[in-house]
Amino acid sequence: MSFRTLILASAAALALAAGTVGTAAAADLRGTGDLGLVIERAIGQVAVVDRLQNSRLATVKGLGDLSHASVVFGPSERYAYVFGRDGGLTKVDMLTGTIDRRVVQSGNSIGGAISEDGRLVAVANYEPGGVKVFDADTLELLADIPATAIGDGKRSKVVGLEDAPGNRFVFSLYDTDEIWIADFSADPRAPVLTQFAGIGRQPYDALVSEDGRWYIAGLFGEDGLAMLDLWYPERGVRRVLDGYGRGAEPLPVYKMPHLEGWAVAAGKAWLPAIGRHSVLVVDLATWQQVAEIPVHGQPVFVMARPGGRHVWVNFALPDNGTVQVIDTEALAVADTLTPGPGVLHMEFTPRGDRVWLSVRDRDEVHVIDTESRETLAVLPADKPSGIFFTSRAHRIGL
Amino acid sequence: MREVLAATVLLALATAAPAAASSDPLSPAREAELRVLLEQDCGSCHGLTRKGGLGSPLTPEALAGRSDDDLALTIRHGVPGTPMPPWAPLLSDAEVSALVEMLRQGDVQ
Repeated sequence: MSFRTLILASAAALALAAGTVGTAAAADLRGTGDLGLVIERAIGQVAVVDRLQNSRLATVKGLGDLSHASVVFGPSERYAYVFGRDGGLTKVDMLTGTIDRRVVQSGNSIGGAISEDGRLVAVANYEPGGVKVFDADTLELLADIPATAIGDGKRSKVVGLEDAPGNRFVFSLYDTDEIWIADFSADPRAPVLTQFAGIGRQPYDALVSEDGRWYIAGLFGEDGLAMLDLWYPERGVRRVLDGYGRGAEPLPVYKMPHLEGWAVAAGKAWLPAIGRHSVLVVDLATWQQVAEIPVHGQPVFVMARPGGRHVWVNFALPDNGTVQVIDTEALAVADTLTPGPGVLHMEFTPRGDRVWLSVRDRDEVHVIDTESRETLAVLPADKPSGIFFTSRAHRIGL
Repeated sequence: MREVLAATVLLALATAAPAAASSDPLSPAREAELRVLLEQDCGSCHGLTRKGGLGSPLTPEALAGRSDDDLALTIRHGVPGTPMPPWAPLLSDAEVSALVEMLRQGDVQ
């Protein structure tokens, strides 16, 4: 079979698949680099969107409880893996706008990651606490890693599950203050575990730096962050930003900050403080705090526009109708936007020219020009939360 | 522009502030807002179906052993040492009672 015939055959197969459900027209060949998913969390569905056309291509239904849902993409950018709250792991075909496969793999989960080689999908579970790892093609269960027991037959909740170079997954145990590395490089069915105890109280989320070197867990139970050097795990977990804000009475936190997709810009990391209405700026060479920028509320996402000229911040209740833009050179807020109530998430286009915002309580997704900050388009969406573009497929830790 | 922005923010804050007279019955509009708050914002930690997450399950069965006063107290003051924040700065007593009532009904859409 010639190459051309192959292409035609695949196109026909796609057209057939699309035709049966009447969703995305796939008769025309197309790439996936301009696609993304928007979580419509209350009704358990996702929208396939085109970020170049600012349009909605398809709706994929039947994904369960999508509160706190997140998405990773396979390396071809064709398949998205959606992690639902109810333990559902759904593989969505971006081209046909359909569910390829779906398993309900636990009672309660919080997110996941895809391995460096794109062959393993890992899910962090609350109930029963632990990590399960699946074959990315078939969603067959390959490995089950129960977390530390905490009595009454329960196990620690797992948070901050991230991919790391060397086909490793790294995650934190919320109830038992641990960080574990699961190394799948030798055998996808038999990971080698490295465990670090006493890393700090109540790790609530984590990130892996874009270069794949640092795993950093935020701590809810104390001020500071736990950091592991993935080049030298034998050196153990060390504390950074120890005791920031010590002595100050913490403010109530009406939504937990998110660390994945953290901002690195101008040689510095930009992090949400917890219990304080500020963004912390850390020098990446020394890991010392160099500034604390007062902002409008409790930051949730602190994200750098690709290129690093600005950092965008959204907030917890009661300030979740506001977004602020920080000038990374001036270390100060440069602009304050009020897109509407319930701004839950921000996703930049890979070159940073636009940012998509989910405005949950208005049932809208806004597309904003990051330079002029004008709203270019408004897409209807049912209680949108996370927005995920396929360009994430090629980034470590996303 | 700045003034307009500041006014908008103030207005938004005023809308979110607790009702002055907490014994007044809640307006249907406010009740609808509270339902969204319960489903979406409480749901962030407790699950949209309230079967639990980082926070504990809040289904009627899970809460069966606890009194209304106990639940209202927990919502108002939070649970120290956990991520559950005190909601008293944002919600009036009447609004907290309305949330307790909704939790009892377990009327998840």
